[in-house]
Amino acid sequence: MVTINGVATDAAGKTVAEYIASSNYDPQVIAVELNEDIVSKKDYDTTVLKDGDTLEVVSFVGGG
Amino acid sequence: MIPSHEEMTAALAQRHGESLQRVFSSAKVAICGLGGLGSNIAVSLARAGIGKLILIDFDRVDITNLHRQQYKANQIGMFKCEALAQNLSEIAPYVQTEPHCVRLTEENCFDLLCDADIICEAFDKAENKSMLVNYALEHFPDKYLVAASGMAGIGSPNEIVTRRVSKRFYLCGDGKSDVNECGSLFSARVMLCAAHQAHTVLRILAKEFED
Repeated sequence: MVTINGVATDAAGKTVAEYIASSNYDPQVIAVELNEDIVSKKDYDTTVLKDGDTLEVVSFVGGG
Repeated sequence: MIPSHEEMTAALAQRHGESLQRVFSSAKVAICGLGGLGSNIAVSLARAGIGKLILIDFDRVDITNLHRQQYKANQIGMFKCEALAQNLSEIAPYVQTEPHCVRLTEENCFDLLCDADIICEAFDKAENKSMLVNYALEHFPDKYLVAASGMAGIGSPNEIVTRRVSKRFYLCGDGKSDVNECGSLFSARVMLCAAHQAHTVLRILAKEFED
C-alpha cells in the first residue's frame, strides 16, 4: 500500500503520472512530494510508486 | 519625529526578546506576489523587524485591490512593489526593501530568490503557485517555503490552518476555497491566511517547527 495524502491506497506499481490522471488532478496546479522529496514534473512518467511510500499531492486553488 | 534605529531595535527586543530580535534583524525573506496575501505578509514582517524584504510583483495598484491590500487610494496606478516599499518605509524605516517590478518566471526565479532565507508564495493564480512551489523545492534545498491555498469566500475563519507538508514546505489556508468558484474575497479572511504565513516565517526563524 502507498500512503497518499494520509490515506492507505492501493497504488503500488503505478507511476505518479498514472495516479494523478486516475485521480483527476490537474498537473498544471499541483506539487507532488514522494517521501518528503519533490518530484519534478518531468519525472512524473518515470517515478513508480512502491509499497511503503508516502505521497503528498498538493493541489492549489486560486485566490490571494 | 522618527525614532532612531537603536530605539526601534530596543522596542522590538522588548517584545520579541533580544536574541530572537537579532535573528529577525538578520533574516532575508522574499515575498512573491504583493496582493491580498503578500502585502499583508510584508506589513507583518516589516513590523516584526525582519532585516530585508525582497518584494516581487509586476502589477499596479487597482481600485479593486484597496479592500484587502495594504495600499492607499492615492497609490492607484503605481507599481505595487514601489507603493508597498514606500508604505513599509513609513511603518518600519529601518527594514531594508528590495522591490522588483517583474513577473516571476522559471527563468528569473533563481536570480531573484537566491538571496532569501525563506520564500513566501503569495500569488493569486493556482498555476503560478504551483510553478513557484515546484521551482523552489527543486532548486533551493536549503530554503524554507511558506505557500498558501484556499482563502476565498466567506467561509469560517476557523478553517484556515497551517500545515507542514514536508521538512521545508509549509502550506496555509483551507486548501479548498477557490476564488474562481466562490467568486468573492473578504479582507479579514485573506489577511488571516497572510497572518498564518507571516507568523510561520517568524516561527521558522525562531526554530519552532510544526510537527
